Amino acid sequence: MVAEAQNLKVSVWRGTGETGEFETFDVPSRESQTVLDVVSWIQQQADPTLTYRFACRVGMCGSCAMMVNGIPRWTCRTHVKKVSENNTLRIEPLRNMPVIKDLVADMDPFFDKWVSAEALHHPTSTRNDAITPVDATTPERQAADAGIECINCGICYAACDTVAGNPDYLGPAALQRAWTLLNDAKDGGRIAILDAVSGSGGCHNCHSMGSCTRYCPNELDPMSAIAGLKRETFRHALRRKRDA
Amino acid sequence: MMRPARSHPLWLAFVLHRISGLALALFLPLHFWVLAKALTAPAQLDAFLRLTDNPAVKLAEFGLVFLLAVHFFGGLRLLALELLPWPARHKTLAAAAVALAFFVSGTFFLEAI
Amino acid sequence: MLDLKLYMAQRLTALIMAPLVIGHIAVMIYAIQGGLSAAEILGRTQGSVFWFAFYGLFVLAVSVHAAIGLRVIAHEWGGLKGPALSALTWAVGLGLLIMGARAVWAVTWA
Repeated sequence: MVAEAQNLKVSVWRGTGETGEFETFDVPSRESQTVLDVVSWIQQQADPTLTYRFACRVGMCGSCAMMVNGIPRWTCRTHVKKVSENNTLRIEPLRNMPVIKDLVADMDPFFDKWVSAEALHHPTSTRNDAITPVDATTPERQAADAGIECINCGICYAACDTVAGNPDYLGPAALQRAWTLLNDAKDGGRIAILDAVSGSGGCHNCHSMGSCTRYCPNELDPMSAIAGLKRETFRHALRRKRDA
Repeated sequence: MMRPARSHPLWLAFVLHRISGLALALFLPLHFWVLAKALTAPAQLDAFLRLTDNPAVKLAEFGLVFLLAVHFFGGLRLLALELLPWPARHKTLAAAAVALAFFVSGTFFLEAI
Repeated sequence: MLDLKLYMAQRLTALIMAPLVIGHIAVMIYAIQGGLSAAEILGRTQGSVFWFAFYGLFVLAVSVHAAIGLRVIAHEWGGLKGPALSALTWAVGLGLLIMGARAVWAVTWA
């Protein structure tokens, strides 16, 4: 009723690279409005030079994540009503990443760390081999399945204070993918993964503060995945010592 | 007011663990220095220990025992979380750690006064 | 900042200290009854192989544990890195070890 008539006060980060400032827009409030709707309204009705990123609008592609009132969120699936405070919104590019322009963060460092963590497929067979059957009931497969739905949105990475304090830290997303691959019967990179996550930027920097798990829009649990890596690397190192 | 991205139980548990660890590490040199007085200047050690009859010092002692207890139980929580493949009861663990720390340091405090 | 080796050292010293901390807190609660005095403390510890081993091990473990902990804080909150960070780690570890060893020696053997 009243909400229909009231305008939203929306502060949006504007700027290129390291410099910038907030610009405030009045946006008409609507029923069932998402934060991405608000950003799109500003770009279409108020200022066509506003730069932001989105694609699917249904929470599958992971490209529209931004900081909304200080918290990283997938804006296409975030209702304004749930996150606005006194009809105000503050929208910024994702934390812990360089800014390209306005609301667009440079995700290169984020994805480079996936590669550094060996969070990529290590094939075990060729097209001429029979397909390896996957047994969905094993604990390893269940551990892999628990983290498989990551959409690479970068929200956990933006939420992580360890990344903020330690720029070399690989971060929750890359480490969680490393953990799912470690548990994947079709992945042959076990030693490579364990070594990759044991370096000075590796999984052992995690302080289990759990912001990744708290803010993951797909309700995944990177913190526990990283705990799994710590356990596995620890065990592997003890075994290596014993066999040496 | 804009909320910080971190005000949730596990982040608070992390901060408590870090602050208590930092404070204990800074306290240790003083602790060692005073005890070494037993070797170099026994009279001074006794004079220092008499300070502990002061209520303000008792309160500070309680603080130290609390820091130790909080770091101890917080550490056990982390070890359990990392070394045992436990399900997600992290918040309960965090709360239990603080509760136990209060219990242990409270016992110390009641004995002290 | 914390690779596997430092992490293992941190967790293993934590495991070593877990029973020692319980013992230490129990001793504190017991010792403060009726006030503290140098004579009381030394009467308990002087010449005791048990307390020498107990607190000797404690000092060794805490030196490693605190050095690694402060290293992480200095990096994450202080921005320290490279050789300066390594120097700090070693200085804290060795400093605590020397001071602690001296304290243990003073109350048990000297």
